[in-house]
Amino acid sequence: MERHPDITAPHAGPAVAPPGDLAIWFFILAELLAFGVFFAAYAFARARNVELFNEMQQTLDRPAGALNTVLLITASWCVARGVEATSRARPATGARWLAGGILCGGGFLAVKGVEYAAKFGAGINLSTNTFYMFYLSLTFFHFMHVILGMVILIVLWWQTRQGLYGPANMNGIESGAAYWHMVDLVWIVLFPLVYVMR
Amino acid sequence: MMNTRQLNFVWVVLMLATLATFAIGEIGERIGIAGPLAMAALLAISIVKGRLVMLDFMGLRGVKFFWRGLMIGWLLLVSALIAIAYWIAAR
Repeated sequence: MERHPDITAPHAGPAVAPPGDLAIWFFILAELLAFGVFFAAYAFARARNVELFNEMQQTLDRPAGALNTVLLITASWCVARGVEATSRARPATGARWLAGGILCGGGFLAVKGVEYAAKFGAGINLSTNTFYMFYLSLTFFHFMHVILGMVILIVLWWQTRQGLYGPANMNGIESGAAYWHMVDLVWIVLFPLVYVMR
Repeated sequence: MMNTRQLNFVWVVLMLATLATFAIGEIGERIGIAGPLAMAALLAISIVKGRLVMLDFMGLRGVKFFWRGLMIGWLLLVSALIAIAYWIAAR
């Protein structure tokens, strides 16, 4: 799948293939397709239960959802800065940025955990109603992706600290970063759709 | 391709856009942004945000149109489906 040999400098002219391994992009497309179907299913289910969805949406913790948007976007920014620093032969700086991304990702999981605890504490579960069936399954599907993204970021952080990546070897770090940005991208659609739009 | 100033600028824009999304949820109805207008505004904001994440964070700016087209096409398709479902619900 490696399209560019290692001798290609990362900043030599316009790239034609996306950053990282081509395989990760097919994986990202498959993930986006799955989330896209889920989003459409939510929206069309809402069309059949407008009152229920509008009423139940008011019971969500919107500030927590917004805070989580800030955390995920900031994590993505940190990861992008980490990749950029590493591509300029500054892996120590890159690793620090990746650590920042991991912290923000951890913050997201903590906030979402508190949100889930409050909902479960109120006796809400998958069979409460159609809205909560979608809310819990959709956000938990995303939550699992954040966890996988965190594992990838921790591995990248470790490898970058070890000096594995640099201008001549960006494939792994770019692939992992692309996956993380996908997780952020999905939340950018999920937050307004589930928490705000009515 | 990537430079720090561009990445920082994109982060600031994304933060402001998130604030706008949150504000529509909190005070939208009081300032006259409700119903279809709010729906359209929220979708437009998420398209702008998603596009910036794809082009600058994912590094697709300058990449073959095929990949940008697939990714941005996904965003537009999902947004269109959501808009259609909301239009059906509002009738």
